[in-house]
Amino acid sequence: MADVKRTPLYPVYKDKAKLVPFGGWEMPVQFSGIKAEHEAVRTRAGLFDVSHMGEAEITGSDALQLVQRLTTNDASKLEPGRVQYTAMCYPDGGTVDDLLVYMRGEGDYLLVINAANIDKDVEWMGKHASGDVTVKNVSDRIAQIALQGPRAEKVLQRLTETDLSRIRPFRFQADVDLDGVSGLVSRTGYTGEDGFEIYLDAEKAPLLWEKILETGKDDGVVPCGLGARDTLRFEARLALYGNELSASISPIEAGIGFAVKPDKGDFIGRDVLVRQKKEGAPRKLVGLEMVERGIPRSHYPVYVGEEEVGEITSGTQSPTLKKNVGLALIKWEHAQLDNRVDVEIRGKRVAAKIVKTPFYKRPNQ
Amino acid sequence: MNLPKELRYSDEHEWVKEEGDNKVRIGITDFAQDELGDIVFVELPEEGDELEVDSPFGSVESVKTVSELYAPVSGKVVEVNEDLEDSPENVNEAPYDSGWMIVVEMSQPSDLEKLMDADKYQAMVSED
Repeated sequence: MADVKRTPLYPVYKDKAKLVPFGGWEMPVQFSGIKAEHEAVRTRAGLFDVSHMGEAEITGSDALQLVQRLTTNDASKLEPGRVQYTAMCYPDGGTVDDLLVYMRGEGDYLLVINAANIDKDVEWMGKHASGDVTVKNVSDRIAQIALQGPRAEKVLQRLTETDLSRIRPFRFQADVDLDGVSGLVSRTGYTGEDGFEIYLDAEKAPLLWEKILETGKDDGVVPCGLGARDTLRFEARLALYGNELSASISPIEAGIGFAVKPDKGDFIGRDVLVRQKKEGAPRKLVGLEMVERGIPRSHYPVYVGEEEVGEITSGTQSPTLKKNVGLALIKWEHAQLDNRVDVEIRGKRVAAKIVKTPFYKRPNQ
Repeated sequence: MNLPKELRYSDEHEWVKEEGDNKVRIGITDFAQDELGDIVFVELPEEGDELEVDSPFGSVESVKTVSELYAPVSGKVVEVNEDLEDSPENVNEAPYDSGWMIVVEMSQPSDLEKLMDADKYQAMVSED
């Protein structure tokens, strides 16, 4: 484990969490337990170290042009202080990564990318850069902490004079003073709950982590690991790169077509994605609920009769529903709701049916 | 980590308790349940199934992972803990008690000799 990476928060939790390798990083998979942390986020709030996520700056007078060329969503709709969920694609429509684009000002964008994809993404961005534009990987100096859950705003508000209720979903504010620690506060997340993602200087992360846990103690805020982050995002049907998205899965197939805007002008992968939007993609991501005993897991084959029609992309026992559910990428012609399929679990065919997703949607949304 | 002295342990993290008449009760260790995290699903053989030492006989699934169970001894399954179907969390809460999995009537009791005592097992898991 010579070149395993650790976030600036590692010293804070190394003796309190169970650590696992994740995309080249040694990260906490759980603190008190995945189910307990999951429930804390659904009912109270949880704090996550997501400093492994990457950040790239795209700046210069041609920055928008590059962002537009690289990404599928329409970045021209952004204004300073707004965030957009989007994807980067290959010319064949396969996905390079899914990401958030922050518009900090004219010609000043911050792109938040997946940890395992940082080098690949930055190289891809640089390869397509032309004119007055600079691509810079700033991942190492930026930490990210996510406070997620219905009590997130109430708890974080205690640390700042800035009125957080004015930061609406998919908006952010830079240089917010959080009890002496300056951070970019973004009302975004990866859990299906309300909450914030806070970007800050790497060396300040341990201080803010402790402050949030301290001030949130009476509200039941707990530290959470990547295990709960995965079950939370899964229930909310938020795509995970490497599972629902990959170089061989397009954003349309993965069900994030809302982030593909064919009318914005040309971009990498446009031809294929426009065709898939109009004529339908060969595969579709669906929700499955097991009818017989078994838990669907990533890469388990899915059958209709004797035909293999696709595979599970993610699956677990949903902590909220207590049901064994999965997401599966299957041939579109079998993707109708209520259709019966079989999941092959360790050599045995186990019955499941296609159900609506997301598995969980928060109240008043 | 709780490792009762009277039990024997396999390198696949099962415990084995001798109950007389060549019968042994089998479960997974406190170390194993802690490593797995919240257990949500246990798949076990049926009564009457024949097990072969070191071969898979079932699986334990936590929220995050699937782990195979390997038979620490050869023999016939004579009892199965059916409660784990509805209460798999018993494996987390009481791995040596209500979290037991199966009782096996051994066909070659010499299998027991290859198992570790608590101190040896403790030493093995401390190395990892």
